[in-house]
Amino acid sequence: MAIFITILQRVFYAVMLLIAVLVLNFSMLHLAPGDIADTIAQASGGADAEVLEQIRKDYGLDQPFIVQLGQYIGKVLSFDLGHSFFYNQPVTSLIFEKVPATLLLVITAQIFALIVGVLLGVFSARNPNGLLSHFVTFTALFGYAAPVFWTGILLLITFSLNIQMFPSGGMVDVTVEGGFFTHAWDLFKHMVLPVFTLSTIFLALYSRLCRASMMEVLGSDFIRTAKAKGLSENQIVYKHALKNSLSPVVTLAGIQFSAVVSGAVLVEAVFSWPGLGSLALQSIIARDTPTILGILFFSALVVIVGNLITDMILRLIDPRVGSKG
Amino acid sequence: MAPLLKVENLRIELTTRDGIAPVIDDLSLELNAGETLSFVGESGCGKSMTALAIMGLLPEKVGRIASGTIMFGGEDLSKASDARLREIRGNDISMIFQEPMTSLNPVYTIGEQISEVLRRHQNLGKTAAWSKAIELLDAVRIPNPNGRISDYPHQMSGGQRQRVMIAIALACQPKILIADEPTTALDVTVQAQIFDLLRDLGRETGTATILITHDMGAVAEMAERMIVMYAGRKAEDGPVDQIIEHPRHPYTKGLISCVPHLVATLTDERPELTEVRGIVPSLRDFGRDTCLFASRCNLADDKCRSKRPPEVHFKGQQNSACWHAEQL
Repeated sequence: MAIFITILQRVFYAVMLLIAVLVLNFSMLHLAPGDIADTIAQASGGADAEVLEQIRKDYGLDQPFIVQLGQYIGKVLSFDLGHSFFYNQPVTSLIFEKVPATLLLVITAQIFALIVGVLLGVFSARNPNGLLSHFVTFTALFGYAAPVFWTGILLLITFSLNIQMFPSGGMVDVTVEGGFFTHAWDLFKHMVLPVFTLSTIFLALYSRLCRASMMEVLGSDFIRTAKAKGLSENQIVYKHALKNSLSPVVTLAGIQFSAVVSGAVLVEAVFSWPGLGSLALQSIIARDTPTILGILFFSALVVIVGNLITDMILRLIDPRVGSKG
Repeated sequence: MAPLLKVENLRIELTTRDGIAPVIDDLSLELNAGETLSFVGESGCGKSMTALAIMGLLPEKVGRIASGTIMFGGEDLSKASDARLREIRGNDISMIFQEPMTSLNPVYTIGEQISEVLRRHQNLGKTAAWSKAIELLDAVRIPNPNGRISDYPHQMSGGQRQRVMIAIALACQPKILIADEPTTALDVTVQAQIFDLLRDLGRETGTATILITHDMGAVAEMAERMIVMYAGRKAEDGPVDQIIEHPRHPYTKGLISCVPHLVATLTDERPELTEVRGIVPSLRDFGRDTCLFASRCNLADDKCRSKRPPEVHFKGQQNSACWHAEQL
């Protein structure tokens, strides 16, 4: 019962946070000079003050700021993100068209980074002076230092230009024909490079943190108890130590989730991945304010939901989280 | 009757920054079925090291058994394989530790942690192990075992956690229970309860207990025989009553006079409370061929400082490693 109250509480805070983000985004864009009327007038080859006034009236831009803000929030709360001028489509449908591609990229990269990072961390913690351990330290350093777009371009040159193992961009190959598995394989091949690029930095973060927390946990008293019970090395490491050393990693993963989402923008640009990042880039160039606002709103939503999920996972891992005393 | 556990000439070496140090030097002991034997001595005297060596849990890469044998049921544990030691640990020989607050895994329920050892050694299924765990929780006198079984360690007090540790240790009815300062971290009223519990359960199951402590009062109450250890060596051993009555080693004498109620009843005028002055020598000096207690001993003479004292045997199976044992 208590857990449901906590969840409700969290969801309430999340909604409040989202509204705050909305207000902030809207105000900041409002502060910027120029508005949609200018853009439209520009696109149609110039207009006089009267026409501009008319356009502003049509779009409700002549209203005071606070009224506009209220209207916008009201619209968003009824799941209407407005209308894109550049694409001439509702922003909501525009975003939902691109969301699956981005979510696929972001979630796969995050899961890949978590699993591989944790495994590398565990292996190297079991033998802190071994070859693998040094390899992990080195990779982590490299992962930290290398910018995402640079890694991406380097991988492109190596694996798609020189070795031609993977396609250079896009999400699917339209010339591919066949059943579900053929298409899945095609998608997989397109995903390998972008996912790897996006996950390198996080893989580095997670593996280092996991190595450190695993080493700390392996020295704790309850591990000695587990040994005194006669459990096998694997039971001790994977049952007793791993669950305890996961908490910091999951916490970090939750914090880094926003970084993964923003990293996706760069990766999508490098690999021409048809996701939200590409859409954001194009709409910024086109000064398509409603679309930009919509994307900002959606990213905030993704990050907040990501954090909410992290919180729930932490509770599952460690019963002490959220308990009193 | 052959002893349950027989340790002979055990030498444990620890690799330190200053080189190899013998933390346990030429230690022999016997433990009979069902009896309680106590290891006494200050911190750093090798009590815990001996226990860990018996368990096969010496710190990896740092400590090793250099020589000697640990015979248990016709088997030399000092040469047993890791797999064999894992079979013995928790099943035939089990151990409880000093810090109940941190000795249980915080992310599993105590039911899981108790039944785990039953599943490992007794081939019990999940449900059978779980209901046995409830019985054990009841046996260690935790009220409402059916409800508490699903609790996590952080929901229990220190005393309760130590009871859970005892339940885990006794789950497979081991032949030997090693209790390494089981009450040091607990407050005094709880200490007495834990000792009562250990004594009662030990009697019920016929488990032999090795009680490691520096609490002479606990020794007098709990143990039949005791081994006084000093700087990795056996200073004195024998029946508890006899040693308290007439210690044959100045170190034992010092330890006993640190505890007022052992030497006088409450109505008597209290003798002055004494201390054993000085500290245990550093690990570096452990290997020396002298009496290691000489630097703190009132009786020390040139002989003590130049040659390690041999063990002197007294009647009633009391032994003392002191050049002046006869005069004490």
